[in-house]
Amino acid sequence: MTHHVLETPVTEAQARALRVGDTVTLEKTLFGIRDANLIAMFDKGRRTIFDMQGHAVVHTAPNVRKVPKTNENPAGYEAVCVGTTTSQRMERFTRPLMEREGVRIIIGKGGMGQGTLDAFRDIGGAYLAVIGGAAALQTTWIESVEEVDMDDLNPESIWRFRIKGFGPLQVTMDSHGGSVYDRVQDEAKARRDAILARIGAA
Amino acid sequence: MLLDPKEVEEIAKTLYIRSVKLLPPDIKRGFERLMAAETDETGRTVLNTMVENIAVAEKRQNLLCQDTGIPIYNVVIGKNVEFDGVAMKEAIRHGCARATTEHPLRSSVVHPLTRKNEQTSCGIGVPIINVDFDSRDETVEIEMIPKGSGSENGSFLQMLIPADGVKAIKRFVIDKVIECGGRVCPPTIVGVGIGGTSDLCMHIAKVAATRPLGTTCSDPEGAKIEAELSEAVNELGIGPQGLGGRSTSFRVHVEVAATHITMNPVAVNIQCHSARRANAVITPGGIDFK
Repeated sequence: MTHHVLETPVTEAQARALRVGDTVTLEKTLFGIRDANLIAMFDKGRRTIFDMQGHAVVHTAPNVRKVPKTNENPAGYEAVCVGTTTSQRMERFTRPLMEREGVRIIIGKGGMGQGTLDAFRDIGGAYLAVIGGAAALQTTWIESVEEVDMDDLNPESIWRFRIKGFGPLQVTMDSHGGSVYDRVQDEAKARRDAILARIGAA
Repeated sequence: MLLDPKEVEEIAKTLYIRSVKLLPPDIKRGFERLMAAETDETGRTVLNTMVENIAVAEKRQNLLCQDTGIPIYNVVIGKNVEFDGVAMKEAIRHGCARATTEHPLRSSVVHPLTRKNEQTSCGIGVPIINVDFDSRDETVEIEMIPKGSGSENGSFLQMLIPADGVKAIKRFVIDKVIECGGRVCPPTIVGVGIGGTSDLCMHIAKVAATRPLGTTCSDPEGAKIEAELSEAVNELGIGPQGLGGRSTSFRVHVEVAATHITMNPVAVNIQCHSARRANAVITPGGIDFK
């Protein structure tokens, strides 16, 4: 159980060093992605202006306020509330995100599936759990919205955030086949029959 | 009492903004109860973070969760209230759109086929406006629920048959809670609809999911299943955020409706831990926000 402070971008070795049970605090840069922009990138042939090599992405679509462009808000957006959405919907995009765009770390909630675990094993990556629904707290870790791509998809644009002390996040899926979600599912299924018997539903 | 559409529009706007910032007291008490019973270390850490988030949102007057949801307005009109129904619904729609553009809030509503976002939280059939009536004199109550999508995607309907019995209803609920795991942002309120037609079954599941904690099913048989299932889901070990622990759900809520001799429908609709809801009661004396 190690706590890692990682400044993004990270190397393959840094990503592979993350193990289930560890915690992570991220510094510097974080990209916000989700359904519509992933569909645009991988199903509709659009390319992002961002270089995501070695970077971390969070499954999000923030609440933002349009403001004049300043040093503090270089993209003309103030972050009102930046939270995390359910990751499972993005499952089929993990491998292409890692292979084509070079992403190493995925931050989300609720966990992802076998395809993501396989991609982490093959390419070197990890999934970090943020507490879903704790968006007001998460917003305090965001310094600013630095730049926005595909803003025609707003709020499902691709967001580049400047972050400070983003965490602690829990490593819940790693490149060594570890998944907290699989373990919890297996345990729940093992308990199912006894629980059903107790409530007369066996 | 005459219901003024201008007033309804302002209330609809205020309720949306209040709902995404202030968690109802029954849910806060629900967190206290879960904390007292949670023995898993990870579960306790996650619950603590959720409670901390509620405090941060209140202190900074920020949104509890980024998901502004699908807006639902439940209007209950009492006796001796004069109102123009069409104007009232239009006023709610305007208030909902104004909350989105003026606060601003993220518009989370799109056309289902083009996926176009009008940036108003409105669209075909949205906001959802349910109108009902009760016997309170000169009283109108409006409840606003921003229904988050992570838990709304945890919705299931099964048209069971009489031969499947009550056993199959219970199995269905347990299996769906396992299937959803951490995706629906536990600890949840598991809303269960039993009986009715397919649409009524789903509707009462949502009524159950959005009912305040501490309330019980008015039907004694429904209340019995509610108690049984509430205990059972917290023995699964799914825990807060699906990372392990006792606190999978605050409570299972059941609502029942009469059904057909050939039918035995069950529906599940889940509410995440950010169980947001805001109410306003309008009387000749003024508006009381709760």
